[in-house]
Amino acid sequence: MSSTAPRRSPDDASPRVERAQAGGPGPWMPRGRWTALAFSSRRQWEALERQLDDAGAGGAWDLRGIEQLDHIGAQLLWNHWGRAWPAQIELTESQKAVLDQVERFGARPPQEAAPGFWDSLHRHLAKGPVLWRVGKEGTALLGQLALDLLTLLRAPHRAPWRDISGHLYQTGATALPITALVGALIGIVLAYLISNQLRSYGAESFVVNILGLSLIRELGPVLAAVLIAGRSGSAITAQIGVMRVTEELDAMRVMGIPHGFRLVMPRVIALAIAMPLISLWTSIAALAGGMLAAQMSLDISPEFFFRQLPRAVPFSNIVLACAKSVVFGVLIALIACYYGMRVKPNTESLGRGTTSSVVSSITMVILVDALFAVLFRGIGFRF
Amino acid sequence: MSVSAWQSLGDNHASVVEIHGLWTVFQNDGGEQVVHQDLELTIERGEILSLVGGSGTGKTVLLRQILGLQKPTRGEVRVLGRAPAELSAKGAAVVGMLFQHGALFSAFNVLDNIALPLRELKLLPEELIRDAALVKLQMVGLAPEHANKMPADLSGGMIKRVALARALIMDPPLLLLDEPTAGLDPAAADSFCDLLRGLHRELGLTVVMVTHDLDTLLDLSTRIAVLADRKVIVAGTAQEVIAFDHPFIHDYFLGGRGRRALLALQDHTTETP
Repeated sequence: MSSTAPRRSPDDASPRVERAQAGGPGPWMPRGRWTALAFSSRRQWEALERQLDDAGAGGAWDLRGIEQLDHIGAQLLWNHWGRAWPAQIELTESQKAVLDQVERFGARPPQEAAPGFWDSLHRHLAKGPVLWRVGKEGTALLGQLALDLLTLLRAPHRAPWRDISGHLYQTGATALPITALVGALIGIVLAYLISNQLRSYGAESFVVNILGLSLIRELGPVLAAVLIAGRSGSAITAQIGVMRVTEELDAMRVMGIPHGFRLVMPRVIALAIAMPLISLWTSIAALAGGMLAAQMSLDISPEFFFRQLPRAVPFSNIVLACAKSVVFGVLIALIACYYGMRVKPNTESLGRGTTSSVVSSITMVILVDALFAVLFRGIGFRF
Repeated sequence: MSVSAWQSLGDNHASVVEIHGLWTVFQNDGGEQVVHQDLELTIERGEILSLVGGSGTGKTVLLRQILGLQKPTRGEVRVLGRAPAELSAKGAAVVGMLFQHGALFSAFNVLDNIALPLRELKLLPEELIRDAALVKLQMVGLAPEHANKMPADLSGGMIKRVALARALIMDPPLLLLDEPTAGLDPAAADSFCDLLRGLHRELGLTVVMVTHDLDTLLDLSTRIAVLADRKVIVAGTAQEVIAFDHPFIHDYFLGGRGRRALLALQDHTTETP
């Protein structure tokens, strides 16, 4: 069939529609290669569309000038003809086979009606209030954790100690450099800001009180919790989520290994232990940074800083900070596990679950911190 | 490179894939593991070639090298007369690949999965893309109602079919299959083989497949290449391969399973002369 197409230029292969005699009557003659690959340049495609528009749907067609016709090219012609054979057509055996297939498999799926207002409202209501559902599932998770902890106390030798120590290393030890860096930088920035204000009052020595109290009591624990929520919370959700995708969760259930005892509890325990330690570590780094900045901008010596700190910050603040951090750790682990278990076996759900996990654990940390601030407002201050 | 130059790729070369002096060496901790050593293989236009070999003989690695996903340590792989890396810029239009587990995009529905390579051209009108994808969907034996399903809702056989439709969307001259019938029940595997044979005839495809399924192997392939001792020890028709004297071929084709498959094949061919 290629013999009928005269070879004129290197661009000969481009798909196009011509007439037997230019401008005259006679059948429309598509030429060149009508393949998916040939439609890959914008210029050629637009030229072809114009030619097709000129040709119109009806009339006589002669496809024998086409060098190569694949399903995409056939589909283009077929759609151009209004999904029906033109009145008059000349074509080769193989071209007919391709076009026959396009005709035979041309069925379209039934259009699904767009859901109306009442449908979507009904579906929304049927799911129940989100808060109610989350509350119910959250309570179930907490209850399961309590039962698992009881099991642990009853038979400590059966507990997954290796898992716990592994998670402790991953969530705790490997987080030390980043939390120290962030803590020290925050300490420096804060000390500079405060020292500028204090100097105008001549109350330079109070920098120790302000830094000590705010860093140890509030900023250290919250900063550490936010970092850990971003770092370990997302990791936990992704880990458990991938286990869902690869059916590892189902495999565990079949083997009789309870998810709560082997997946949730070790992570909760590890974070409950690691979180207060990291929070103390972050506070220490921040205080060191603050001390450095205070010395540079206010000439407050480290000796004075060390002597003044215990007087300004009663020990109960450290206890409070640690207690708060334990709660943060448990919450981060539980929220991360909750979203990990809810991941459905597809990539989109995994991404959404990880995002929700981090966002809700950070929100939760700040909410709970506010609650602590209100509940313990009478403790740890020296007036 | 102009379109016409790419177009003419297909015609001038009788052999679709040429592999010369291929070495693949994996660096393990401490040692080196030689997978291919001076491997030679030529795949002709229009044939269905099966790659056979024990586990770890580098069948899938060879497929990945043909696709340009992995670079050989030494030697040359030419697909349609060009380096695979050059071809992969043209994507699905030149080589279609059916991955072992389908590798469907879980975030898209069936139709969008099939239509993806066409959409990536950013050229064709949406209606044409939809219709072309629907033709391929029905060509692999699925009903148009399946178009809106998500990959997570499909059975194993349907995933393979959708993946095949996606591999075929651009009508590529070369189709690679990695374990096309693994995990399918016998009826589904049979109908998948029929489907492949039909498509091979209608579309004039060149097919390269890796398979362990002896029935599929003997049923479909026009030529079998056996990978053992780090090279292709023999490539030819089933009879030629079985006649070749090598312990691996002996175990593979003349073990219990092999004998049964061969026997079934003979019965089949005598029934339908």
